[in-house]
Amino acid sequence: MKIGVLVSEGPYTHEAADTAYKFVTAALAAGHEVPRVFFYHDGVNVATRLSVPPQDERNIQQNWSALAKEHGVDLVVCIAAAQRRGMLDANEAERQGKDAHNIAEGFRISGLGQLIEMGIQTDRLVTFGD
Amino acid sequence: MSTLHTVNKSPFATQALVSCLNHAKAGDAILMIEDGVYGGLSGTGLTEIIEEFGKNVSLYVLSPDLDARGLDAKRLIGGIEGVDYAGFVDLVAKHDRTQAWL
Amino acid sequence: MSDVKKFLYVNRKAPYGTIYALESLEVVLIGAAFEQDVALAFLDDGVFQLTKGQNTDGIGVKNFSPTFRALGDYDVQKLYVERESLEERGLSEDDLIEVVYEDEDDDWEEKPAIKVVSRAEMADVMADADVVLSF
Repeated sequence: MKIGVLVSEGPYTHEAADTAYKFVTAALAAGHEVPRVFFYHDGVNVATRLSVPPQDERNIQQNWSALAKEHGVDLVVCIAAAQRRGMLDANEAERQGKDAHNIAEGFRISGLGQLIEMGIQTDRLVTFGD
Repeated sequence: MSTLHTVNKSPFATQALVSCLNHAKAGDAILMIEDGVYGGLSGTGLTEIIEEFGKNVSLYVLSPDLDARGLDAKRLIGGIEGVDYAGFVDLVAKHDRTQAWL
Repeated sequence: MSDVKKFLYVNRKAPYGTIYALESLEVVLIGAAFEQDVALAFLDDGVFQLTKGQNTDGIGVKNFSPTFRALGDYDVQKLYVERESLEERGLSEDDLIEVVYEDEDDDWEEKPAIKVVSRAEMADVMADADVVLSF
């Protein structure tokens, strides 16, 4: 079965990004496909490569990047929500005249159409937020 | 056709669980996750409402969230089943759609 | 399954205190281009999103309530508002903004898009959806 996932709350303050990660890991282990995870609202903050959590804590961003690498999960960050919150990839940083970019490996920035497309192309859509 | 509802808020903080119970159909399932697991406790001011509304739906809690909060499964309202993340996935697959009550 | 899915956008949060209402509307506007069957549900505090007379000048935040009125132009024809949620909050249909769409099957007559429904009817709307997006 194809399961799409929407993460709509940021890391650390809320449990949503952790629950979503555990859920996706379990879905993949059960043989389901998780073609895409879409990050919206403050969920876009999961994608920052600049977070430095204490060493004895889980690294939420790295967990997700590893999932993308190992299982080919398409991690899409909403561009409109990301720009509001200062999340830019190299292309966007250049286009907007900003001196830095912060999107971690495995994540890509794209439009809300990717969320709708995920809803159309998957059998289930599961939302984690606050 | 049936729905898996997820509730991630304590019923003492928001109306999410009560609203979910008000809209769930017979044959639906409600999975309490994150702070939502507090909704599964027996002996609270809301237990009676949850038992009454929950008669026609299956109630579940995400056990890792229950454990994290130091809640013993014995304190759950009778009939509520604990599931792990794999069980969560099974519930998603089993029901036709998933609706999150954020 | 047919190519067209029933998308239901569920709005349960009030506007301005958090960004969910605005960013939900942004998804609806983008989603309208995908030619799916789209409906919006407003219940609990979500009904506050549709109230008349919103004036955000004082808080310095964009007033997005006029955008709801444009939904008809995006061919969004179904905004379900729960009667019980309105009543619990001391509101009636008269307190809500007007949203209309042009019915192409009825000589482009303007019709109201907002439909006040009972809690039981709202449950039916939810149970009829293929994809539920919650905000």
